[in-house]
Amino acid sequence: MESILCLLHTESNGALARPALEALTAAKTLAADLGDAMVDVGLIGADVQAAADVIAPCGARRFLGAAGPELGEPRYATDAAAAEALIRASGATLVVAPQTSRVARVAGGVARRLGGSADTHITGLQVEKGALKIARWYYRQRMEATLSRLKRPWILVVDSGCVKPWEGAPGKARVEPVSVELTEAARRSRFLGVQEPPADEQTIRPEAELLFVAGAGWTKKQADGHTHVPDAEKLILEFLKRTQASLGGSKSLVDISGEGQAVLHFMTHLNQIGQTGATPRHPKGLATCCHGEEPHTVGWRFVNERRAVNRDPSCGWARGKADVLYVADAFEVMEKVNALLAKQD
Amino acid sequence: MSVQYQIFVCGGIVPDPLQTLDPVTAPAGPALKNEMMLPAVLDPFAWHALFEAARLARSSPGSKIYLVSLAPKAKLQQVMMSVAQKAVFDLVVIDGPASGFTDSNAVAAALSEAIQSVPGLDMNRLLVFGGWESASRGSGTTLQAVGEILGITDQFQGVDDLRIESDGSFRILERIDGGKHQVSTCAGAPAVLGWATGNLPEPPNNPQIGMTNMRGIMPALQKARPAKLNAQDLSYTSVTLPKQQRETRVVDKLSAEEIAREIAEWIKKS
Ligand SMILES: Cc1cc2nc3c(=O)[nH]c(=O)nc-3n(C[C@H](O)[C@H](O)[C@H](O)COP(=O)(O)OP(=O)(O)OC[C@H]3O[C@@H](n4cnc5c(N)ncnc54)[C@H](O)[C@@H]3O)c2cc1C
Repeated sequence: MESILCLLHTESNGALARPALEALTAAKTLAADLGDAMVDVGLIGADVQAAADVIAPCGARRFLGAAGPELGEPRYATDAAAAEALIRASGATLVVAPQTSRVARVAGGVARRLGGSADTHITGLQVEKGALKIARWYYRQRMEATLSRLKRPWILVVDSGCVKPWEGAPGKARVEPVSVELTEAARRSRFLGVQEPPADEQTIRPEAELLFVAGAGWTKKQADGHTHVPDAEKLILEFLKRTQASLGGSKSLVDISGEGQAVLHFMTHLNQIGQTGATPRHPKGLATCCHGEEPHTVGWRFVNERRAVNRDPSCGWARGKADVLYVADAFEVMEKVNALLAKQD
Repeated sequence: MSVQYQIFVCGGIVPDPLQTLDPVTAPAGPALKNEMMLPAVLDPFAWHALFEAARLARSSPGSKIYLVSLAPKAKLQQVMMSVAQKAVFDLVVIDGPASGFTDSNAVAAALSEAIQSVPGLDMNRLLVFGGWESASRGSGTTLQAVGEILGITDQFQGVDDLRIESDGSFRILERIDGGKHQVSTCAGAPAVLGWATGNLPEPPNNPQIGMTNMRGIMPALQKARPAKLNAQDLSYTSVTLPKQQRETRVVDKLSAEEIAREIAEWIKKS
């Protein structure tokens, strides 16, 4: 009989982020599908009581807490030690955790330590005849596999956006402390902080309805034989401001940015979508001045409705990659879109 | 004096991203159709890791780079034609499948065994580099397991920058959720760094470096040991291509004004 540990960590403010609450839904659904398997919740953080209270009525058998100032910091050595201690304390055979950078950094290492296995970027958990199978993508979202494993514990790191976050009224949870042995070696690395653009310049918004992708075309010579990079910047920034869309870029565009040519100053490698970039989840996506080549569009796997503006009627988007391709000049179109959005505001 | 690092860059090979991929069922499990015929490249994030290793080796004279690759050796030889011109390295080859369907734990065991077999391995100078996620399996777990086997618990994933401070410590930027970077400091080697794109453009080809490398690459390929990958843990039920191929509506008769109106309405509608 399988038993489950839902392994979560708090954010720096002590709260649980959306991916954590989604992992809780995934763990609970899995428990039900397995015929009422036990679920423990394991929490890692500086102080985990508030987070446990938020999910107190979730039906967990136990709340196990690995807490302390050093466990508030994201760091391999301490996070791996805490995860190991929680998994051992619960005795769970299946460990469901959210695909956050903090979990992703340690999942494989912890599985190795415990003689188990780990799979990441899981998009589905199915139970067939009492046995668990997971779904995940291979070759950068080009093909989807279902697989199962024999080794336990099996750490299941679930991609965000696949299930609804757990919801319920907060309560009071009894947290059983789990002690984590930290050696001096665990302190060789230290977390110094988070570096991010100022809030008004942060263009990556994972929760946004719309992904707006800019391609290298924005920086290329236009019909008049000149580039219009400052105009492009203005149009894109205004559009982002009005729609609160998340900004993505093609590799060609972010690479030019890295090479110091006349470029969109707010575009970095973090914006890159595709094979060697991100695969974000958004209900809608609009691509502009981007050719829609396969290494780019694999990053659109989880964008549901897709439209593109490109001057080239035979670009990649025309070949089944988008629902609608507008054959037009993106400078003209986006200026008019911005004007319409301004009127609506 | 700066540390003379031993930098092991772990990198597999993957089909050129412009290729169309089809899954097939082979005796040993899922595979790619015509896998051995598909042109291949060094796994892209490992490619960045190699450039970063080269920069570090230049700034810390006496450092040495080893490129550790588990791949079919005939295919790897082809890929080395382009890789060899980018940075000076010693190649360590394990002859085995490049497939994304192999188990990362088994791959990690083979990689760490290869690292441990290099004479003169010195944990105080050891840095294990690689891509943070491969373009095949994309699990991000392989390097972590390599680190665990080698006993390294200073591990960083999604690394975009590594700076060596004057006291020899590292300042590391890792990608985290929501378009941010986490800044950490680490006392020094040994450490595992799974690279994202880093900061460096692709270095130009250097035929001189290529010639030097090739002298070592051929013997390394010849003496490659076959990989023993334990696959008992893992079984695949299915591997399928996504069904969704969209019926694209190509709109080429509307004015910019009309297109803008359609787009604005589409954005508004939830
Ligand atoms: C190993 C590897 C990994 C890769 N990984 C990625 C990845 O992760 N992400 C990625 O994006 N790419 C990736 N690529 C690169 C990919 O193959 C393409 O080269 C890249 O996506 C092209 O970017 P682009 O469409 O912006 O630029 P281009 O191909 O230059 O296309 C520009 C487009 O802009 C259009 N255009 C120009 N002006 C206008 C205008 N005024 N109005 C409308 N349209 C206009 C043009 O018609 C053209 O279609 C990878 C390649 C390799 C080899």
